[in-house]
Amino acid sequence: MAVTVSPERDIVANPIQRAIREALYAGAIVLGLFVLFIGLKTDQNISNELILVQRWGLLAVLMIATMVGRFLYVAYGQPFLAKQKIADVATGLLPASVATRFFRLPYFIAAIAIVAVLVLLAGSLDGLLGPALAGYARFVRALAIIYALAWVIYYFRAFILAHFSGLGITALALYPIVVVLVLALYTGSMVGGFQGSLKWVDNFGIQILIYVMLAWGLNIVVGLAGLLDLGYVAFYAVGAYAYALLGTHFGLSFWILLPAAGAMAAFWGVMLGFPVLRLRGDYLAIVTLAFGEIIRLVIINWREVTNGSAGISGIPKVSFFGLISFNVSDPNYISKVLGIAQSGAYYKIFLYYLILGLCLLTAFVTIRLRRMPVGRAWEALREDEIACRSLGINTTTTKLTAFATGAMFGGFAGSFFAARQGFVSPESFIFLESAIILAIVVLGGMGSLVGIAVAAMVMIGGTEALRELDFLKQVFGPDFTPELYRMLLFGIAMVIVMVWKPRGFVGSREPTAFLKIRRAVSGSFTKEGHG
Amino acid sequence: MNASPSMNNAILEVEHLSMKFGGLVAIGDLSFQAKRGEITALIGPNGAGKTTVFNCITGFYKPSEGMLTLNRRDGSSYLLERLPNHEIPARAKVARTFQNIRLFSGMTLLENLLVAQHNKLMKASGYTILGLFGYSGYRTASAESIDLARHWLEKANLVDRADDPAGDLPYGAQRRLEIARAMCTGPELLCLDEPAAGLNPKESMALNALLMDIKDNTGTSILLIEHDMAVVMQISDHVVVLEYGRKISDGSPQAVRTDPRVIAAYLGVEDEDVETVLTEVGDEDVIEQLDTGPDAAHGPGTSSSYLAGPVTDTVGHSEGERVTVSKGASKAGQVDARSSAAASKAASPAKARPTAKPSAAKSSAAEPATKAPVKPKTPGVSNRRGGRK
Repeated sequence: MAVTVSPERDIVANPIQRAIREALYAGAIVLGLFVLFIGLKTDQNISNELILVQRWGLLAVLMIATMVGRFLYVAYGQPFLAKQKIADVATGLLPASVATRFFRLPYFIAAIAIVAVLVLLAGSLDGLLGPALAGYARFVRALAIIYALAWVIYYFRAFILAHFSGLGITALALYPIVVVLVLALYTGSMVGGFQGSLKWVDNFGIQILIYVMLAWGLNIVVGLAGLLDLGYVAFYAVGAYAYALLGTHFGLSFWILLPAAGAMAAFWGVMLGFPVLRLRGDYLAIVTLAFGEIIRLVIINWREVTNGSAGISGIPKVSFFGLISFNVSDPNYISKVLGIAQSGAYYKIFLYYLILGLCLLTAFVTIRLRRMPVGRAWEALREDEIACRSLGINTTTTKLTAFATGAMFGGFAGSFFAARQGFVSPESFIFLESAIILAIVVLGGMGSLVGIAVAAMVMIGGTEALRELDFLKQVFGPDFTPELYRMLLFGIAMVIVMVWKPRGFVGSREPTAFLKIRRAVSGSFTKEGHG
Repeated sequence: MNASPSMNNAILEVEHLSMKFGGLVAIGDLSFQAKRGEITALIGPNGAGKTTVFNCITGFYKPSEGMLTLNRRDGSSYLLERLPNHEIPARAKVARTFQNIRLFSGMTLLENLLVAQHNKLMKASGYTILGLFGYSGYRTASAESIDLARHWLEKANLVDRADDPAGDLPYGAQRRLEIARAMCTGPELLCLDEPAAGLNPKESMALNALLMDIKDNTGTSILLIEHDMAVVMQISDHVVVLEYGRKISDGSPQAVRTDPRVIAAYLGVEDEDVETVLTEVGDEDVIEQLDTGPDAAHGPGTSSSYLAGPVTDTVGHSEGERVTVSKGASKAGQVDARSSAAASKAASPAKARPTAKPSAAKSSAAEPATKAPVKPKTPGVSNRRGGRK
């Protein structure tokens, strides 16, 4: 009858003891998890035989790192975090938060100094430190820049949050100009600035904005109307092929084909919508998934029209409403019209502003539609379809309009994609693309334009940034390619965000009308829809 | 359409309505009328098929048989069973609420009421296209719709919480909001499915006041399902009582209240109380007979227990086979049978109902108000599961 609590189970044990115990558990878990993943590796020997390479050292390093991490967290991290919640008796104030300790003015000045020194020495880093250390130095510089930016964002967070949309649009509008100017200063010439901006404008700017637009388009279907669409890439493909085929065969201008591609994608949205709208939830998701695959397979197999997996190349470039061309051979080529040096960067910058404009159009239409009866009906449909019908809303046409509108923006983005690449092939429209777009919508917070834009920036920008981490080659060896890990990063980011904010970055929803004050609706009340 | 002008004081005419789910008869040959400008209550024990009647009227179910005529104020008539689901609120102007509240919980109160004005606003916005370009007609319509929403929020005493999400409201307020939302569709017939369920007495009073206000000031007729007798007796002008999908009584609240069939069926009469009722009706023979117990071949009839009959018999019957209430499950039927048996004993043996002998009275108990034949080989079928919620 003795109620004795065994010492092992005593929760209130001294943190160090607990930390040691938990570190041992963590080590055991790591050992169990990774003994086959990391401890053993299959390889080929010189006579092409399959052999097992044993990597116990690496496994041990991983285990020890985990154990040390767990020990430090339990022994020092947890008590520290607990103390953070206890107010000082004398002043009644909470202790300085981790963030304020982390973002201090001296640190900021130090970061700026590091950046300045390393930027000034940029050209001679390799000579001074050798290639290996120079790589680390560049990494330190990148970290310092990130820290300085985070510091600024932290101290102006109230202002930034209050004017997020305005600041965001301004930043996006100025982005290519800033990039060109910074790089021109860096290299000492305007031509160098334009040349260097290619990567930043194209790989980061345009790439992210395409996904922002796709995710905003899908947001209408998934976020507002609550219809889970796993085949969204099909509409992207329809738009891209519409421009590619009509542009190459008939020589029609982008400005005619952009609405045509949108209309065509919307048409296919309705075509898909009609048969599947009686389905809900999982069933709808599977049918849309199948639709995405059907479109891709049709493109692959209808060789006479689509040229199969070889794709369509030589897609005409976009012109500035026919006034300024970006083909070097044309008489109205931009550098001839404006009398400036030739550069491929002009076209990229033009495309950047074009996709930015398309994104803003998507956002404008979405915001406008949300305040219209049809947009409210979409959201009502997400909340409760039966109640919608009891109020006289034709749910079939409402769902169809959602499908068509979402598909239309997918078609716009597709035709832009074709114009930007100059080449389309079925490989660009695989299921993974649909999954990434959907992941961005979910991660950003369904229905929220700002959240989705941030999510696209983090996810697509993050995966692009992996290409920049060359110094990792010095750590993991020359055959290490960080961009291969982008899906891993995507997955980790999704898990972290879903644990930290289950409703995405922006979980609340803005009401579309108000009597007295506009108050955001907490995510705990909104529903995700059921198909 | 038999809507002659003289009958047009009836806003809703339900004629020979039947609803079958497979072999299960949820509603059998129900006919009643709801008069314009009145509050008609539809009452009955749990599982009597009240919500099924509502679902037929509002188009969520297509009735197996029968005709539902709605006569609008402007003289037009609609056959509700032929209209698609969403056109019933839009064209026939029938609005409804739900037993388990169905609000748009993630939208604010105001938005809930604006969604209800969808069709009107869609027209005003030129089916979105004109509105997208800032057409001024839409802006005025939008402002008017907000005024209407404010009006109903004030009526429902919710205007202070107009900008809160609907899911954040307490239960009673959600019920009021659902009524306000239904009223925003501009209905001529408002169907309320247990509006007082889960309300405390004070909220119940407020609800009565709201319903009376709707009736008096908007001319909207109300059809309501309710278990709360206080609400029913206070506000309704006309009561229709259902049991096992059949109408057992129809009349003014006072008339219904004193109807022994209703007392037996609706007001939760236990087996012992049935005897009391019968004694009141006054027949010794019937009571004697009651004591002999149910006909063994036809299942345990007198018990009101859910476990009494083999419930599995409610499914899997072949087409065309009519499944009815188990012998003696309908308490109104019991009263019916006994009183008619008493009458037959006292007066002529072959009067009114074919229940000349007491033994025959028992078999007719299984068949309270339908002409449908009873298959003797389906003993003890309970349709308790028939009344869909």
